Formats: sequence, structure tokens, C-alpha cells
Amino acid sequence: MTVTEDAATLAPAKEVGQPRRRKEDARLITGRTTWTDNMVLPGMLHLAVVRSPVAHARITGIDVSAAQQAPNVVAVYTGRDLAEEQGSIPCAWPVTADMVNPGHPSIAVDQVNHVGEAVAIVVGRSKVAATDAVELVDVDYELLPPVLDLEEAVADGADLVHDQLESNTSYHFVFDAGEAGTGTDTEQAFADAEVVVSRRLVQQRLIPAFMEPRSVVVQPQGDNYTMWSATQVPHVLRVMAAMVTGIPEHKLRVVAPDVGGGFGGKLQVNPEEILCLLLARRLGKPVKWTETRSESLMAAHHGRGQVQFIDIAADREGNVKGLRVRLLADMGAYLRLITPGVPALGAFMFPGIYKFPAYRFECDGVFTNKVPTDAYRGAGRPEATFAVERIMDELAVELGMDPLELRRKNWIKAEEFPFTTVAGLEYDSGDYEQATQKALELLGYDELRAEQKRRRESNDPVQLGIGFSTFTEMCGLAPSRVLGSLSYGAGGWESASIRMLPTGKVEVVTGSTPHGQGHETAWSQLVADQLGVPFEDVEVLHGDTAVAPRGMDTYGSRSLVVGGTAVVKAAEKVVAKARKVAAHLLEASEDDLEFADGKFAVRGTPGASVGIQEIALAVFAAHNYPEDVEPSIDAEATFDPVNFSFPHGTHLCAMDVDTDTGMVKIRKYACVDDVGTIVNPLIVEGQIHGGLAQGIAQALYEEAVYDADGNLTTGSFVDYLVPSAADLPHFDTANTVHVAPGNPIGAKGVGEAGCIASTPAVVNAALDAVRHLGVSDILMPLTPERVWRAIHQGGDGGDRATAGTNAYGGAQTESTAGVSTPASSLGGDR
Amino acid sequence: MIPAPFQYARPTTVDEALQAIAEGGEDVKILAGGQSLIPVMRLRLAAPETVVDITRVGELRGVREDGDALVIGAMTTHHDVITDPLIAQYAPLVAEATETVADRQVRYRGTFGGALAHADPAGDLPAVALALDAEFVIAGPGGRRTVPAADFFVDYLTTALEEGELLVEIRVPKLTGQWGMRYEKFNRVAQAWSIVAVAAAVRREDGHIAEARIGLTNMGPTPLRARATEAALAGADATPEAIASAARQAAEGTSPSSDLNAQADYREHLVQVLTRRAVSAAAGL
Ligand SMILES: Cc1cc2nc3c(=O)[nH]c(=O)nc-3n(C[C@H](O)[C@H](O)[C@H](O)COP(=O)(O)OP(=O)(O)OC[C@H]3O[C@@H](n4cnc5c(N)ncnc54)[C@H](O)[C@@H]3O)c2cc1C
Repeated sequence: MTVTEDAATLAPAKEVGQPRRRKEDARLITGRTTWTDNMVLPGMLHLAVVRSPVAHARITGIDVSAAQQAPNVVAVYTGRDLAEEQGSIPCAWPVTADMVNPGHPSIAVDQVNHVGEAVAIVVGRSKVAATDAVELVDVDYELLPPVLDLEEAVADGADLVHDQLESNTSYHFVFDAGEAGTGTDTEQAFADAEVVVSRRLVQQRLIPAFMEPRSVVVQPQGDNYTMWSATQVPHVLRVMAAMVTGIPEHKLRVVAPDVGGGFGGKLQVNPEEILCLLLARRLGKPVKWTETRSESLMAAHHGRGQVQFIDIAADREGNVKGLRVRLLADMGAYLRLITPGVPALGAFMFPGIYKFPAYRFECDGVFTNKVPTDAYRGAGRPEATFAVERIMDELAVELGMDPLELRRKNWIKAEEFPFTTVAGLEYDSGDYEQATQKALELLGYDELRAEQKRRRESNDPVQLGIGFSTFTEMCGLAPSRVLGSLSYGAGGWESASIRMLPTGKVEVVTGSTPHGQGHETAWSQLVADQLGVPFEDVEVLHGDTAVAPRGMDTYGSRSLVVGGTAVVKAAEKVVAKARKVAAHLLEASEDDLEFADGKFAVRGTPGASVGIQEIALAVFAAHNYPEDVEPSIDAEATFDPVNFSFPHGTHLCAMDVDTDTGMVKIRKYACVDDVGTIVNPLIVEGQIHGGLAQGIAQALYEEAVYDADGNLTTGSFVDYLVPSAADLPHFDTANTVHVAPGNPIGAKGVGEAGCIASTPAVVNAALDAVRHLGVSDILMPLTPERVWRAIHQGGDGGDRATAGTNAYGGAQTESTAGVSTPASSLGGDR
Repeated sequence: MIPAPFQYARPTTVDEALQAIAEGGEDVKILAGGQSLIPVMRLRLAAPETVVDITRVGELRGVREDGDALVIGAMTTHHDVITDPLIAQYAPLVAEATETVADRQVRYRGTFGGALAHADPAGDLPAVALALDAEFVIAGPGGRRTVPAADFFVDYLTTALEEGELLVEIRVPKLTGQWGMRYEKFNRVAQAWSIVAVAAAVRREDGHIAEARIGLTNMGPTPLRARATEAALAGADATPEAIASAARQAAEGTSPSSDLNAQADYREHLVQVLTRRAVSAAAGL
């Protein structure tokens, strides 16, 4: 054993890399914590919302008199009552200069544009009183034709969602690599190509379905307001709510207490948040609103919702020559916080890991009479990854090539990093070959291919398929200047501060507000290593704009990459400040001090040392410190990344398809992800598992379905199928590590990887199983019926019947789905 | 959501329960495990004036033998059904189907009688009761009456139970001879209702199928028997070909609905595949 190895074993183990159990879990899992709906304030009133049961109509009258007289009802308001003060729900991402934004009232005034839109609000002394009175509000509607289908919405002569507008198109966004100077001319590339494959792919609407419903409490105190909300973005919400309501920003404090999941669904300024603020101002009393699950599915924003027309050009040898994408992106009825930006963010990810010389992207943002779409785990990138990973398989079929060979031929080689893509992004680091090799081994690829062959030859009713997805994503949102160039309304930096308490304990304040990711644990690990203090001595504070005044919150796999880096930078400043004090106390020169394991030691003078936790006390007492510094070693840092980070990975899915019934079942799932440095392997594994569950759910289970009247017939969890652990396979996961060069931690982000990568792997696997039976596409989700139809009747499986299931006696009512007319198809015995 | 206000009674005997029902006013609902009733009340699909909670009526729980029948108390929970030794011995099909119901939590509260009285076309137990020719013992103000399964399921969510009546127990004939059974359920996720399911009980004699009883779940507003298939199987060879051929008639006389999970023609296809599988397994193939 060498001397250096000896020293290494003596030093305390590094925290970074330890599979620490999450310190926040006990309180989150048991619910013994401050979920917003647990808040009870003296004199608190309760809000219940009367929601539109029709998708598109003019409001011709609202009678609130019966509701007003109901017991324990304090007030009932309509949109007309609040019209002057409600402003518009903000849209922070005008993706083009001429984007049309019709404005988004928190409560409808003259017209409703989707089922579930607020038309009146009841304030009661109890939640029960408010809820009971909802049924007493009588609204007259003059029905307008609902606009539901994206392709019909952009056709000539289409009915209009907003009749004051000229069309249903909000914006037309174009990225052309030829024009941007990052690629050659796309039309030329296609004109010259030996092979062109074109497909129309559909990204169904999904519902974020976070575990904790949305909830908000607003407390007025004089001219100050405190808002507690189950939000991902307290900082963003504070700025936006101040701008919408005119309440000065410094008079508004927003608190996100513990928040039970969001997946992008709580990256929003919700109408109900604004309404509670307006009511608290009017009534001078605390107001609470907590949604039911039915309201959540119907009125919280949805995700995805795109029709994708994608063309790929290649030569006969399989060298890709160009990529062309045209999207119709479903905005829903209004533009919320980043509704238009989600598909535009995806624009840069369609080329994936491949070296396309030419690329053109066009997207129409289209209004429909459905609840608005917005961020949902991956936001734009899963849609892009799906399209490119699907079209690569289709090209492979066209060329008669192995899908893996085709990918390998075109992907960026390890030695080519950093690599600037045709979309103008500079991919930071990675090795696609290495991750793929590892994934093939994990899956047991060769044996499965052999089995697939046997089953095909024997005409087994259960066929086997293997699907690939070799993906990358842009994470660590985001370099502020890049966001500026994309017309986003804010920056992408993150802030952190570290407070050294007199007893040597450490408070870390992060602006990156968690909602279940485990920041408290990971940040503690980072700080324990940086400051050389025990993990247990670190507390992480977050989520309250009065405690953590600066922040950009959590989304886009940004927290560790950007927020964690801010923490590390703050810790470096603490050490630098402490060094001055240490030099003073030890009567040594700063240059002679060595900082390791939490102690400053004088080089060459054994025994002369002082710990950083002791320095915290010395600075608190402030009896003896250097003349030229202030008595504090606390520090703050803001980090603005220069580039995104680019996690990547290879996901492989083996799928059994029962050709008799169309039932698909994942036989095996293996993935190797490169997320850069791993701070906590347990958290990384957990994020991958959760992401896989959601990505697989898009492929197999979930879809927000509207009927011909615009009713959401997947209005409860009976019909909106979220899989449980019992429905998912064992996941064989592993990692490769290519450190991200753009931040000192070396992390790339892991929050969305599983969700982005898995969907195309699953669909490709199912198609691989039945391709020889003449199937080339199946719409998501791959319900057994669709798979069976595609096999036995051709086509892509077709649309599902829209009626809700009859189970539960038709778990649908006006309040879960909308109203039934002769044209609609709600389930049950109505 | 929050249910609309209601009156609440919690009797401890059948007689008290009948009285509470009689006195409950216009719209009385009996609360068994609450796994179907409470959700529909929360969605305000049901807003009863009075809820009569029969969870404390001890005489409605448990399984006993009575000559050539098993008697299952209406309030016997799904969990108790699954673990009951008499059911395992004489009516394993009931236990097998019950194991596919929902999840552990629901099975600890939901009851055999509640599931049958609710008569959800997607529910798993009505088709089993029908296939096994169970009898329903109903108590009312005028005393008790017994209704055969064939007459119990009347329409969508509608049974022979009249206002003021209580389902007390279900009598399941013990099957004697060489019976095999199988419940073949088709659903998309583990804790969901059946898209289609098939309950099969098959008696074999000297390499032949002597008798087959086949109940169908979610192939119409009520559970159904696959009579044409049953007839084709009576006396048939216990071979894959004979079973497959008989199973092709399984959709005869059905009227399945079209919904998010399946359109009617696909259900008609599924029921044939599932019947083939259920009968094959029950016949020991
Ligand atoms: C998440 C979930 C998943 C489920 N999945 C399935 C499934 O896969 N398959 C399945 O079969 N079921 C499923 N169920 C339903 C479950 O089986 C219920 O337990 C059952 O349908 C009703 O039983 P209960 O005891 O809860 O009845 P309750 O909900 O208490 O009552 C149901 C109805 O029956 C009436 N009733 C109850 N008892 C009597 C009586 N003794 N006399 C007269 N009327 C009575 C009630 O008034 C009410 O109208 C599921 C339920 C849930 C919540």
C-alpha cells in the first residue's frame, strides 16, 4: 500500500457519492408536515369554484342569489364582479414577436373556453358550506361550437376559439439551421436525398397528476399578504402575482411549504391563486382553496398535445442528411406561464444525438377549447426525443438496416465532444457507445434477439420485440443570456446563501425550491464536503420568499446543476472569509494555511489549527477578528451557467405482445444514464425510476380524452390510468459518468431523463414485435384494443371510444367531466 | 369532493337495520364496505337522505356450511372470502375472482354482498355468482325471500332488491364431482375493473367435458351466461380444438358497451379469447 492510499483511507469519507437516505422523507411520507391544506388560520374562509360544464359558450346570465342565501356563505362573485381587478394570468414566454395572446382571465367574464373554467366563486365559512352552495349557482350559456381537433383548428374556415382573433393560431415559430448558420439548406438536403421517410406522429395530452392536489391559503395583514401555495415556483409566483394584482412585490410573501410533487404541473400561476389573493384583499380575511382530484384533472394545466409531421432524409448507406419537423402544438384555450415555450424548447432537441447536416423546425401554437397545456416533466424534450427516436427506427426499416447500426453510424462520437449540433447547441460530454454497450449487456440483448427469432418462426401468439432509445436532453435550465435570446421573460440563474451559526451548525438557503426531489439531503452532502462539517450539522432552508429571497425554483433538471452550484460557490466564499479569520487567530499568513476536513492548519506546524465551526463562534463573539473584515463568514452566491448540460443514455425495452388480445407487457427494461457526477446514487436511482414510470405511462396508459362536446371523459383516476408499481417491470439501471464541464459539481441533471428516454423505447419495442405482421405505427397510449386493431385491421389502432368506463356506475358527473348532451358520450346511466 | 349532507344510522342487528331503512325517509342507502357507495356520494352521483351503516351487524359476516350449500354472509369482506377455508374447498372460483378485485386496502373493506348488490357490470363477482347458480337471501319488512342469481341481476346497477330490503346472505351450491375452475380477467392495470372477464367452472368425466358453466363480466349491463358455448361444451371432448370451437360462440347474446377501454366489437373478440383460456384452464388443459 502506498502512502497516499493510506492517507485517503484515514480521511473522513466524502459525502458526495454516498447513497444517503433522504432526510426529508420521514415527514413527507407520514404527512406530518406543513402541506398547504393542513394550514388552519383564525377566521379562515373557504373558496369553492363553480366551473363551466361546457367547452365553449357565451355566458348570458348568472344567478347567484340562492347561493348567496345558503347557510354559512359569505359571498358569491362572478367574473363580472372581479373583471376590473383580476388582470390576466401571465404568459412569460412570447416565443415570437407577433405571438397572439388573447389574455387569460382567472374567472370567465363573458365567455367560457374550456370545461372546468371558473365562472363563479363561492366563499364560505367552511369548505362544506362553500361546496354545497356551488350547486345553487345557476348559469345560462349560449353554446358555441367547440374547437377540439388540432388539424381541424388550423384548416380554412375553422370555428374560432376566440372570435376576436383572426385564427386559432397563436404563433408560428421557425428555427432553420440554414438561416441560423448552424447547418446547410434543408430543402436542398431533401431534394438531393436518396431516401426520405415521413411520418405523422401524435403526442397525446397528458395530465401531470401530482400526488398532492393544488392548494393555496392567503392571509392578509394590513396591506401585507402572505400566500402559502403548493407550488413549484414561489419566487416566480410572487413576481407574477404582484404584477397581475398590483399588490406591490414587497408587500407579498409567498411560501411553498412542503410540496407533494409537481412534474411541471405546479410550475404555474394558477387562476385560483390569483382569486384567493383578490378575495383576501376584498374580504380582509384568510382564504383557502384546495382542489378535488376531479378539479385537478380537469382544470390544472395538461402537458404534451402535439401532432408532429417529421421527415428524415438519408443516403442508401444510412448517413442522415436532413431533418424537417412541423408541429401543431395544442395550447388549449389560453396561454399560461410558459404554454407557448414548451414546444419551442423542444425545437432544439429534435436532432437528438445525431449529426444531421440540415434541420428545419416549424411550429404552430394552436388554440383549442380545452384546458391550457404547459410544462410537464421534460417539457418539449420528450416530444422531440420521441419523434427522432421513432423516425430513426422507421428509417432503419426503410433501409433494411439494424436500428442500432443506423444510430451508431450517425451519432456523435466520444472524441467529438464538445460538439455543436445543427440546432446550435454545444453538447458538453459523453460517450454514447459506452452507454449503449452497457445497456445491451444489462438487457441480455443477444439472447432476447435469439428468442425473438424463435418466436417468430414458430408463429407464437406472444411475440417479442426490442426497442431502442438513445437520447440526450438539454438540462440545467438555463443560461440567462440564452433564455433572453429565446424571448423568455426571466433568467436562469440560481442563488444560495450559507449562514454559519454560533454553535458551528450551518444553515443553507437555496432559491431552488424542492417539491419532493431531495434537495435537503443532496445540498447537505455538498456542503458537508465543502466545509468539512458533519452531514447532520447542515440544515437546508427553502421555499419562503422571506427566508430565501432570491431564487428561480425547480424545473428543467436545473436544481443540482444550477442551484447546487450556487451552494458550492457560497461555500467557497465562506471558506475564503474564514481563512482570513483563521490566519488572524493562528497568527499565520493566509498563504500558509491549508484547509482540509473542516480545519485550517498551518503548513509545517503540527498542532496549529482551528476548525471552521470554531471560527463561526469566534466571529459571533467578535472579540478578536482582523481589522479589515466584517465580523461574519456568511456568504451568498448566484450562479448563472454559461451552457446547458446534456445528460444522455441508452434505454432498451423488451416487450411481449399478445397478438390474440393486443395486450403488451414489458418483459425487461434496461437503461444506462450518464448524468455526470452522482452526488447521491439513491436519489439518482429514484429519479430514474419515477421518470421511467411516467414515460412508460405515456406509452402505455395515460391520455387525457375529450369527447365531441369537449368534456374530459378521463375525469377521474378510474379512466385516467396512472400505473402503480404492480404494473411496471423491474428496472435494470446503471450509469456511466462523464463529468459536466459547465459546473464545479460536474452534474448534468437527472430529473427528467427517465421520462424523456423511455417513451420511444417502449413504443419501438412494441412495433418491433409486430412489424412483421404489417404494423408500422400505433397511437399512444398503446391500449390493448389499439394494438389488436393495428395487428388485425391495419392502421395505427385508431381513436378510442370517448365514453368513460361504466365501472363505479360511471364515475363521471358534471363536476368531473362536464355536461352530457346528445352528442357527448359520458359513461354511466345518465 | 364532499358528499351532500345525510342522516346516519348504525344498527347492530338485521331487524334494527330493516327498521332503520324503513324509517330513513325517501332515499335510503345501505353502507357496507363503502368502496362503491362513498365514491359515488363524493361525486354527488348519489345524495341519499339516510345512510344505514351495516358494518356493525355481526350476523351478516362469515361463511358457513348448510347441507349442500355454502352460505356467505353479505358483510363478509373480500379479504375474508380469499382466506376462507370453506370457500377454498367448495367454491375456489369465488376466491380466485375476489383476489383480482382492486387492491389490498379495498379488499379489507369491500364486501361480497356489497359488490353483488351494487351490480357493477365491470365488477367481478356478479358473473361468478351467476356461473355458480348462487341464490340470494333477501330480508325485507315482510320477511325473507330467496332469489336465484338468474333473476337477481336485472339491469345496469339494478338488482331484484326492492326498497326497504337488505341482502342478508348468498347461498352457493357446493360443487361435487371433478370440477375445475378459472377466472380469466382482462384489465389494463392491476387494480382496475375488468374490461371483460370470464368465469368458468368445468366438470370432467372420463376425458370428456360433462358440464361447463360460464359467466361473463362486462359484456352487457348485467352479468351473462355464455349459454351457446356451454351447450357446445356439454359432452364435448376435452381438447383444445373442441374448446376453441365452442369459445367462438361466447359473444352470442351479449351487448357490450363501447368506452375508453374497448369498443363493443373488440369486447366481443376478447370474450372469445378469454373463454377459450378460462375453459382450457378449468378443464385442466
Ligand atoms: C379503487 C377501487 C378498485 C376497485 N376495483 C374493483 C375490481 O377490480 N373488481 C370489482 O369487482 N370491484 C372493484 N371495486 C369495487 C369493490 O369490489 C367494492 O367493494 C364493491 O363493489 C362494493 O362493496 P362494498 O362492500 O364496498 O359496498 P358499498 O360501497 O358499501 O355499497 C355498494 C352498493 O350496494 C348497496 N349495498 C351494500 N350492501 C348491501 C346489502 N347488504 N343489501 C342491500 N344493498 C347493499 C349499497 O347501498 C350501495 O348501493 C373497486 C373499488 C375501488 C375503490
